[in-house]
Amino acid sequence: MDLGLFVREEDDWTVLAVSGEIDIATAPSLREKLHGLLADGRLHLVIDLDEVTFLDSTALGVLVGVLKRARTEGGELRIVCNQPRVRKVFEITRLDSAFDLCTSVEDAVKGGAQD
Amino acid sequence: MGDRIELDVPARPEFLSLVRSIVTLIAETGSKLPDRRIEDLRLAVTEACANAIDAERRKPQVERRPIVVRCDLEADYVVVEVHDEGGGYDPAALASDPDVTRPARLMFERGLGIPLMRELSDELELRPEGAGTTVRLTFTAHLRR
Repeated sequence: MDLGLFVREEDDWTVLAVSGEIDIATAPSLREKLHGLLADGRLHLVIDLDEVTFLDSTALGVLVGVLKRARTEGGELRIVCNQPRVRKVFEITRLDSAFDLCTSVEDAVKGGAQD
Repeated sequence: MGDRIELDVPARPEFLSLVRSIVTLIAETGSKLPDRRIEDLRLAVTEACANAIDAERRKPQVERRPIVVRCDLEADYVVVEVHDEGGGYDPAALASDPDVTRPARLMFERGLGIPLMRELSDELELRPEGAGTTVRLTFTAHLRR
């Protein structure tokens, strides 16, 4: 199953909208896309997970890696996540406290950590 | 004695989505677990199968075996076992990861699968079996969170 990855610019942020299921089969394409954006100098990233129907620990590993790299290079990473089943994965692993989880792309590009 | 369904699945990532869909349907059809517990099962089984596939993929291609997924269905609980022949795991390596509740844990990119399985299931058992590992996950109708 393919992962949908759509990039757009909003204000000074690069928004990556992801759709589909993220697991060991699809996480490599997400990792490649995000590290490609960072390599292009797009250091202020919003990852919109609202169209993601499934996410496992492999996906979390990718996001943690990107968060570390973005911060190391002086950037920021914010995540839009409203789906209870996806949000629950962040909560169980306590990663909700490591990421800026936002309720909309608009909130993310304005200030982040709105909730 | 309830029903048992057993699947032999090629140890390739592209089959993972199919396996979790089938196991989810099996649990929905053969048990009375509520939807939220079915969701927990879907994620935990994915984690177990991903680890099993990873274990098989560490072997040379000609030696790789299918992973085995067994579902035991009772009215009020489901047991899913995932078996690989991937050489087993090192319990000491697992113990060295910081606990999931510690701040230092947050920056580890790997090793989140077993804590997730532990949180999502009512019982998690990892045991050596054959040339590899069997992960046994038990889910009851009880809502954990």
